[in-house]
Amino acid sequence: MKIDVSSPAAPAPVRRSFLRDNPSVLWFMGLLGLFTLGVTVLSEGMGVGVISTSLVKVLGMTLCLCLIAVAMDVVWGYCGILSLGHFAFFGLGGYAIGMWLMYARTEIVIRDNLGRGTIPPTEAEVSEAVAAQIFGVVGSSELPLIWSFAGSLPFQLAMVVLVPGLLALVFGWLAFRSRVTGVYLSILTQAMTLALSLYLFQNDTGLRGNNGLSGLQNIPGSLHLPQSVISVWFFWASAFALGAGYLLFAWVVSGKFGSVIKAIRDNEARVRFLGYNVEGYKLFVFTLTGIISGIAGALYYPQAGIINPAEIAPIASIYLAVWVAIGGRGRLYGAVIGAALVSLLSSWLTGGGAPNIDLGFYRIVWTDWWLVLLGLGFVLVTLFFPKGIGGLFDYLVRKS
Amino acid sequence: MATLLEVSGVSVTFDGFRAINNLSIAMAEPELRAVIGPNGAGKTTFMDIVTGKTRPDEGRVLWTERQIDLLKLSESQIATAGIGRKFQKPTVFEDQSVRDNLAMALANKRGPLSVLMWKASAADRARIQDLAEEVGLAARLDHRAGHLSHGQKQWLEIGMLLAQDPRLLLVDEPAAGMTPAEREHTTALLTRAARSRAVMVIEHDMEFIRRLDCRVTVLHEGSVLAEGSLDHVTQDQQVIDVYLGR
Repeated sequence: MKIDVSSPAAPAPVRRSFLRDNPSVLWFMGLLGLFTLGVTVLSEGMGVGVISTSLVKVLGMTLCLCLIAVAMDVVWGYCGILSLGHFAFFGLGGYAIGMWLMYARTEIVIRDNLGRGTIPPTEAEVSEAVAAQIFGVVGSSELPLIWSFAGSLPFQLAMVVLVPGLLALVFGWLAFRSRVTGVYLSILTQAMTLALSLYLFQNDTGLRGNNGLSGLQNIPGSLHLPQSVISVWFFWASAFALGAGYLLFAWVVSGKFGSVIKAIRDNEARVRFLGYNVEGYKLFVFTLTGIISGIAGALYYPQAGIINPAEIAPIASIYLAVWVAIGGRGRLYGAVIGAALVSLLSSWLTGGGAPNIDLGFYRIVWTDWWLVLLGLGFVLVTLFFPKGIGGLFDYLVRKS
Repeated sequence: MATLLEVSGVSVTFDGFRAINNLSIAMAEPELRAVIGPNGAGKTTFMDIVTGKTRPDEGRVLWTERQIDLLKLSESQIATAGIGRKFQKPTVFEDQSVRDNLAMALANKRGPLSVLMWKASAADRARIQDLAEEVGLAARLDHRAGHLSHGQKQWLEIGMLLAQDPRLLLVDEPAAGMTPAEREHTTALLTRAARSRAVMVIEHDMEFIRRLDCRVTVLHEGSVLAEGSLDHVTQDQQVIDVYLGR
């Protein structure tokens, strides 16, 4: 016998399109496009000049942070892996592109100088002079092995994808294969990012130790262009990357794949008994998000102008988790809201933009109090709004 | 009837406690089998061994006429080899719709890339519809699984098992916490499923087992105490001793 509670079954729905099923993706793309257009029109370099070049850079960097936050949301909010190490991938992407930026620009300057002599310089002389220029600061004049192809843009662009991707793949394979989960996995990812950061701090590593790579805002081949124009280019590239990344992840989490990774988040043992290789899925998600994080970093640091090992410190990855939690886990736009809001608020309050408040008996200096405010916000969101700011949209949709 | 699953001489010890002691059980295909036994008899541990969750200290577990050694396979490989398992506590994915739960269980390719590219074909949709009708959830396909009643969750889980199209179903206490009407529906589901495949049911409830009307294996302290029809085993002096205390 069958117990069929109500009317005959509804007919199976016809095949629906991806965008029709996910209206928030269209909304997001539209808003991102409008924002990009608005900033361009108001920018110093391309438009009327209401928005200063430094603000364009901050906004462009914020878009990169939104991209890594979306990646973090996929790995944590959807797949349940609380990675506290994704900024390591972000930093590696930055280092990979930074090597080319620094090498190629130094090479142009050196050739310019040496070329003024009567005898044209040999390749070996150029290479030596570049090495001495870049590594003088750490007391060396040898070009480390990892810089062998630093003069090649295609090679370093490949490294932007390959280095974070391989690190995520190897680390993930070791961790997931041993079935390390939950807080232990989080600790392991922290250890990874800490170890990487300490490794990069050493001068012997060949990435200029604590000096990091600098002058990254100067783009070889476009050295004659003002920063006001370059900043808008990078803003566009960041907006494009965020849009493409958002679309990619929205597609990844929308179908059956999304179903499986959410199921892994909720009960991974059960997913195994359904016949899915849980470790393979986790590795796939971890590596894919690692690669996208690397790309986000490669766009971020040319706008920041400098990268050093402190950027990879564990605290950066913890902030990332805080952004996603505040914005709302398990919804991609939530991660964008969280990252944009918190990082912009942070640069406003700590950059001296916000007026300090004089209470008479006490003066609230935002540079000191910002972290307290952030911590308090995190606690409040966790306790009272587990769905984060993005959860407000559910509320609004239900009301209307 | 060919032997589908052959468990022989299996033992497993947890911290000195022998949960399974030289246990041997064989299942034919098709067959409906009930496994009963007092608490701690090793019923669930037995299922853990067959599904790869627990590795035994000794013994063999062979699968199908091809004599595949299940002890060498991982949980997911065992599942794709054709063994489905329903847990004691209903474990469906509450955050997702009934349809998504069933779609995940469908016997399609399981690799990340093929799942990423997966689109429900007409055949898939028809199969989901059939399964939902079979377990009585056709009207609830687009509801969240978390909103189902306890009994409906159990059925959804059975539906997910059937979706996997396994040759052997291991079902742990399917009737726990069900109303009499729900039990009847569950009995019908299981006996129907057992027409074409092997179904092994662990249950405490004698009334439920009587309705299943099948061969019964009694486990005690990790090994088989008696086997036969329900009437046969309930008249066995050893079984009476074990259940009522010596």
